[in-house]
Amino acid sequence: MRSLLCFLKKEYLETVRTGKLMILILLFVLFGNMNPAIAKLTPWMMEMISDTMAESGLAVTNVQVDAMTSWTQFFKNIPIALIAFILIFSDIFTKEYKSGTLLLLLTKGLSRYKIVLAKTVLLLSFWTTCYGLCFAVTYGYNAYFWDNSFADNLFFAVFIWWLFGVWVICLIILFSSFLQNNTGVILGTGISVLSAYLLSVIPKAKAYSPAALMDAHSLLTGTEGLNTYIRAIVMAAVLCMVCIAVSIPIINKKQF
Amino acid sequence: MNVLTIQNLKKSFGSKDVLCGLDLSVPEHCIFGFIGRNGAGKTTTMKAILGLLGPDSGQIHVMGEKVHFGQTRTNRYIGYLPDVPEFYSYMTPLEYLNLCGAVSGMNKSDIVPRSKELLEQVGLGGEHRRIKGFSRGMKQRLGIAQALLNQPKLLICDEPTSALDPAGRKEILDILLTVREQTTVLFSTHVLSDVERICTEAAFLNDGKIAMQGTIAEMRRGRPSDGFIIKTKQQGADNILTKVFCELKRKSKNTFAFHGSEERLFAIMQYIIENRIPIERIERIEPTLESLFLEVTK
Repeated sequence: MRSLLCFLKKEYLETVRTGKLMILILLFVLFGNMNPAIAKLTPWMMEMISDTMAESGLAVTNVQVDAMTSWTQFFKNIPIALIAFILIFSDIFTKEYKSGTLLLLLTKGLSRYKIVLAKTVLLLSFWTTCYGLCFAVTYGYNAYFWDNSFADNLFFAVFIWWLFGVWVICLIILFSSFLQNNTGVILGTGISVLSAYLLSVIPKAKAYSPAALMDAHSLLTGTEGLNTYIRAIVMAAVLCMVCIAVSIPIINKKQF
Repeated sequence: MNVLTIQNLKKSFGSKDVLCGLDLSVPEHCIFGFIGRNGAGKTTTMKAILGLLGPDSGQIHVMGEKVHFGQTRTNRYIGYLPDVPEFYSYMTPLEYLNLCGAVSGMNKSDIVPRSKELLEQVGLGGEHRRIKGFSRGMKQRLGIAQALLNQPKLLICDEPTSALDPAGRKEILDILLTVREQTTVLFSTHVLSDVERICTEAAFLNDGKIAMQGTIAEMRRGRPSDGFIIKTKQQGADNILTKVFCELKRKSKNTFAFHGSEERLFAIMQYIIENRIPIERIERIEPTLESLFLEVTK
């Protein structure tokens, strides 16, 4: 247990001292600010382009924005933030394989499963914190400018998108356990997400695809109820556990 | 007692057989030179001892305990210094040793004093900056400190001097000599002068097997000498010798090298006595590790 905590402490120290933490905070706070800012600027932008649109025969009338516009923006922007998060952490294992820094700790008796656990805890804690930060900033501005009660099931929608992020992180762990470079890890994760997305196109399979968790907009507008997402939530949770459980024996058999 | 025993170790990568039934035993409190060409399988053997590589067959025992691939329980007896040790560059040496100590299960109260003592021993006592700015020699010294942290019974060094300048090499060899009292050192290299300088025992690895093993003196004894040097005192007398014994090869003015049998040498000596040729010296050329190495690896 002590060696696990020490390795975890090393992971946090690395994130702080290599500047990754600073980048993440700036990025997620920026996205958090962008959502209400874009919503607030929408009427002004529409007014700016109204003349051009009038020439095309389109008339811009009074544009109404509210918290829903900002939350819609939030769920449009968060995939970009998740991609940035993946790019920043895609080398969390492969960098150590390449440089050989794990070698000395393994020869000191560090159990390999503790490496998987520590890195998983680190990624999940940073994803939760950064995502929470982005949400809190948007929520604060929305509450100040408008009224958050416009959005139905807001917290549930935020939760399912967080779970989608957790699933993607578990995919990073899985691919990192057997691939040697981070390009492979990014490709593997991307292909898996794309496959889940394609699966969700099939009506019968849609309910089971973790990609269904990205469709938070339907929840906000009340088009879909909570029950629609239960199967996708269970599937994502099971897949997360499978990813981690499979990564450990793969790492155990890895030749360094 | 043997600290390390390897029996019939085999390992191949694809179609290439790297180790083909390697047998090796390392006794306690010696500095053991593990000699072989580049790519001979020295690092593979060491990684197998550390449980980092799974052998195809064979057994490895460290302090009488069997080594299992992936499970590194026997590593509590071992300190390891790779050829190019890599550290977390954002840490200071003391922070890194603290991490190593905690991972290896050392007592919390022992880690800091032991780390400071070792950093002093390897000449890094005053270094408080991060490892990022360290030279290769400094990293190698920090590598030795981390390897000795948990007072290992066996210190494995993989070509610790190959990437260093002469001053750095000397520093590392001196440190290895001083730790001999505390531990057994298994030291892989292809720099034979390093072996001659510090090793008490050695083994030559060739074609995936141990071609020769023993103390340095034993290995030299086990091989016929590289010939003799005969030096005459007067110029002129040497001409007579070369006329009678055409196998004598002139090395310099009145010095000859002789590579024939001992019987033939006795004949030369008899001739020298009978003809009262003044001799300055007759000397046996001891086989060097280099010539031994070339012989067993050809």
